[in-house]
Amino acid sequence: MALDLAKYRRRRLRSTITVSLCWAASGLGLTILAVILATLVFKGFAGLNLKVFTEMTPPPGSDGGLLNAIAGSLLMTFFGVLIGTPIGILAGTYLAEYGRYSKVSSVIRFINDILLSAPSIVTGLFVYEVLVRPMGHFSAIAGAAALAVLVIPTVVRTTENMLVLVPNQLREASSALGLPQSLVIRKIAYKAARAGMITGVLLAIARVSGETAPLLFTALNNQFWSTDVNAPMASLPVVIFQYALSPYEDWQRLAWTGALLITAAVLSLSIAARYLGTSRTPK
Amino acid sequence: MTFMTDANSQAMAAAAARRKVLEGLKTTDNFFRLLTHSSAYLVLILLGAIFVSLLMGGALAFQTFGLNFLTTEVWNPVTEQFGALAPIYGTIVTSAIAMLVAVPISIGIAVFLTELCPMPLRRPIGIAIELLAGVPSIIYGIWGLFFFAPMLQQYVQPELIAFFKPIPVLNGLFAGPPYGIGILTSALILAMMVLPFITAVCRDVFETVPPVLKEAAYGMGWTTREVVGNVVIPYTRVGIIGGVMLGLGRALGETMAVTFVIGNAHRISESILAPGTTISATIANEFTEAVGDIYTSSLIALGLILFFITFVVLALARFMLMRIEKKAGA
Repeated sequence: MALDLAKYRRRRLRSTITVSLCWAASGLGLTILAVILATLVFKGFAGLNLKVFTEMTPPPGSDGGLLNAIAGSLLMTFFGVLIGTPIGILAGTYLAEYGRYSKVSSVIRFINDILLSAPSIVTGLFVYEVLVRPMGHFSAIAGAAALAVLVIPTVVRTTENMLVLVPNQLREASSALGLPQSLVIRKIAYKAARAGMITGVLLAIARVSGETAPLLFTALNNQFWSTDVNAPMASLPVVIFQYALSPYEDWQRLAWTGALLITAAVLSLSIAARYLGTSRTPK
Repeated sequence: MTFMTDANSQAMAAAAARRKVLEGLKTTDNFFRLLTHSSAYLVLILLGAIFVSLLMGGALAFQTFGLNFLTTEVWNPVTEQFGALAPIYGTIVTSAIAMLVAVPISIGIAVFLTELCPMPLRRPIGIAIELLAGVPSIIYGIWGLFFFAPMLQQYVQPELIAFFKPIPVLNGLFAGPPYGIGILTSALILAMMVLPFITAVCRDVFETVPPVLKEAAYGMGWTTREVVGNVVIPYTRVGIIGGVMLGLGRALGETMAVTFVIGNAHRISESILAPGTTISATIANEFTEAVGDIYTSSLIALGLILFFITFVVLALARFMLMRIEKKAGA
């Protein structure tokens, strides 16, 4: 009996160690997030003032802001999402509605999931080859196209997932009333899955607005104010990249401020998306 | 008589209008169907186009250097001699170390979230870990360069060097001056970045374990460790491997964070504290400055190698996750 008790104690001890390690792992994860956010706030807040939003990126040694970079980011993200979202939604619709059980669909699903986590720098190279090289110069169009390539797989995934959750009775009822299939999808299924689909688009926006790698050799960068979509354009991530690696202290300070802005934007977008997704997802 | 023809023509007109509406509906129906169909195929075309365009862009490098491209360490833009060995080595080593660090921690967090965490805290902690995945990679880069690398350089790396000095073999691995930036720093940053992805997958697959199995094991008097080790993990093994591969795919292709802290040195060092380079960091650093067709082509060829490696890893990951999904569905 005494022997058994010793064995029991050993088992309890091993279990306690494992459980504490799991607690420690979670603590570590939360600490990393907290430290990153704290560093950002600490370093980025110092440089945050009105000039950041009203002035252009400066040459080293003089005052300036991030206006052209912010505008460039907004513009390219907008067009990237504008191009990518309809394609993504339509493709997701095919996977969920027309070809839910077909062989081709499972291949497309598989490829889409791979594209979803494929390295974004490869997207940059791809767009460089098909747009920048033939056009002969870097441009905001190429940047938006690279972002669109990243938007598509994200939106396909969420659209399909949300449409699959729509109960079949809804489709059957509307078909029984004589509605053609395209109207069943657009008027009934889309409406039922709307919240989830919007969540998907928000998540896609959050994802691409922080992307740097695909913009490096598509949109390049631009020191000045530009709305010409046929010319190189500044973006917040690329400016952060350039300024952070520069030896100038005022540039590095601006990079931190930019980093704070972009993180705040991306994280609040993904929290908003999550909130929307959980409150009204079709069950 | 007039009344009859009137009604007749009215009915005919109605029928014609009806037919017109129905035909219109049929056209839009077909059009919409075609639209969704072609969009779905666009996903396939996209993948093919990426492969073909990289193949064409890298063709010159493969023609010039042949298979030696994969096995040479030299990377000299001046003499136009390019070999991919150092970046390939850096990519694999940083990702491997990252996985060694991230996998146990991720599984630990997933076990915590599914088995140990008090109910009201589960959602907030889960979301916090997921937010870690939402932080853009450039933020990890700037944080790594200005906060994490100096910290390692000052407090951790000197200790490591001193500790491993008397041990044979390992002292080579941890040799050299503490640069701060380098292979190990990149690997640790990568570990932080892939951690939420692996955690998310592990948590999802842990939740597929039928409660009856766990309850039975607890009922027999098993401890939490024994239930996790003997029931939960064996049941979800394929899914965990899938999640790990998914994380590996991310780590291999991660660009910006690594570019900041790897040091961009085209050489293979024995020490993991030394600077190195990865495929993605090389492309990000050098592509816009590359002059000459062969330089550009070599960088695109590197991109193709990276895409191929990640494609294989991610395909394996999806394949394994599909297997566990089938199991959960059955």
